[in-house]
Amino acid sequence: MADLTPGIISRTTGTDLVKRGLADMLKGGVIMDVVDAAQAKIAEDAGAVAVMALERVPSDIRRDGGVARMSDPEMIQGIQEVVSIPVMAKARIGHIAEAQILQALQVDYIDESEVLTPADEAHHIDKWAFDVPFVCGATNLGEALRRISEGACMIRSKGEAGTGNVVEAVRHLRSILGDIRKITTADQAELFDWAKRLQAPLPLVQEIAETGTLPVPMFCAGGIATPADASLVMQLGAQAVFVGSGIFKSSDPTLMAKAIVEATANYLDPDILAKVSRGLGDAMPGLEIGTLETKLSERGW
Amino acid sequence: MALPRIGVLALQGAVDLHVHALERLGVETIEVRRAEDLARVDGLVLPGGESSTISKLLVINELFEPLAERLNEGMPAFGTCAGMIMLASEILDGRDDQLSFGAIDISVRRNAFGRQIDSFETDLSVIGLPESPVHAVFIRAPVVERVGPEVEILAAVEEGRPVACRQGNVLVTSFHPELSPDLRLHELFIKGMAG
Repeated sequence: MADLTPGIISRTTGTDLVKRGLADMLKGGVIMDVVDAAQAKIAEDAGAVAVMALERVPSDIRRDGGVARMSDPEMIQGIQEVVSIPVMAKARIGHIAEAQILQALQVDYIDESEVLTPADEAHHIDKWAFDVPFVCGATNLGEALRRISEGACMIRSKGEAGTGNVVEAVRHLRSILGDIRKITTADQAELFDWAKRLQAPLPLVQEIAETGTLPVPMFCAGGIATPADASLVMQLGAQAVFVGSGIFKSSDPTLMAKAIVEATANYLDPDILAKVSRGLGDAMPGLEIGTLETKLSERGW
Repeated sequence: MALPRIGVLALQGAVDLHVHALERLGVETIEVRRAEDLARVDGLVLPGGESSTISKLLVINELFEPLAERLNEGMPAFGTCAGMIMLASEILDGRDDQLSFGAIDISVRRNAFGRQIDSFETDLSVIGLPESPVHAVFIRAPVVERVGPEVEILAAVEEGRPVACRQGNVLVTSFHPELSPDLRLHELFIKGMAG
């Protein structure tokens, strides 16, 4: 096939469009936390759009305590070898070197994550410096816009990871999307005040006023444990869901994983939700937020 | 002539971007999740997303058979990235259980350019769009490795690998026209529906 259409002028990698574009392709899907190749295979078999490789799921990090770090590269590569869907991995907040290692491993997305123990108490990673895109957590719109100004290409509401309790995810989604709705009705003078109150760059606030959405895709994480939870956060405006402990801490991960995939795709259809919610066994045991010693969502600045 | 009503397969992926593109062209658009949605459309866009996930959801939502039937009857279709994989007659490097419709006689290799770090933007000459090159965004993109005798190659990357093809009223691209403001490929699809 030699004389085909003449082609290329130049080819550029690592652009904003390319980095945000992968997040666009994950919309409507489920990204599952996995700790080894066997779990990654179960996730892909169930229809996950991507997997998040990490050493311990958040509920175990919560239980075990200690410092939670980036995963062993060998484990990440083991997962890359067995699945054909995108593989993401987590770096500690502000840990530039962990992020560099993850980029060298060619993970498809880096999660600068509050689930791991922060490495820097004042600064996040300068994400513009990387060709691999980053996702970051946020509890409110100001935090989301600060992360975007640092180069994040996808935002996920943080929720409270490892609790199986969706209440914090709902709070964060409502806060972020509620403020976006308010900004779309603000006048020019009020936008300055919004930028000041959110501690966020004015141009991003002005962009939201114009478009009515975040400039990057907005997913939901933290506490999703059932198909109904996935439908709830999608109905509130999340564009995809991350499920951490909710799958592999349930009594039948294969069944739960498939059910959450189906529920996320059909989040507006109560008949399908009723069908897929049936006979799933036990969801992961949940935790009341008031009883937590550590709130992971408070990490991030 | 009344503009056609175009569906966007809305099981997973960049559905919203295709809907916006079609709406900007003034086309009535329907998100297709169930067989009854499919019955209302004159043509279908299969968006970018995760092809292995969409394949499973097509079966779960009992949409695979009805869609295969419509495509067999000659319904026009436009597939981008994952959508191209699903319309192809053969998938290379797919999952063993991954289905495709065989609506266009091509063999497509999944993730042919590598991982996300190798995703890229470029300007492509596209046959039928002579005014200027198309700015094309490739994300973990597939490539066409074999074309049947009925297939017209509309664009290729430098190694001579096809990245846009057409057979009758079925149009496919490895890249994502829905990520760029240039609507000419969507227009090409709609024009092809009439002819």
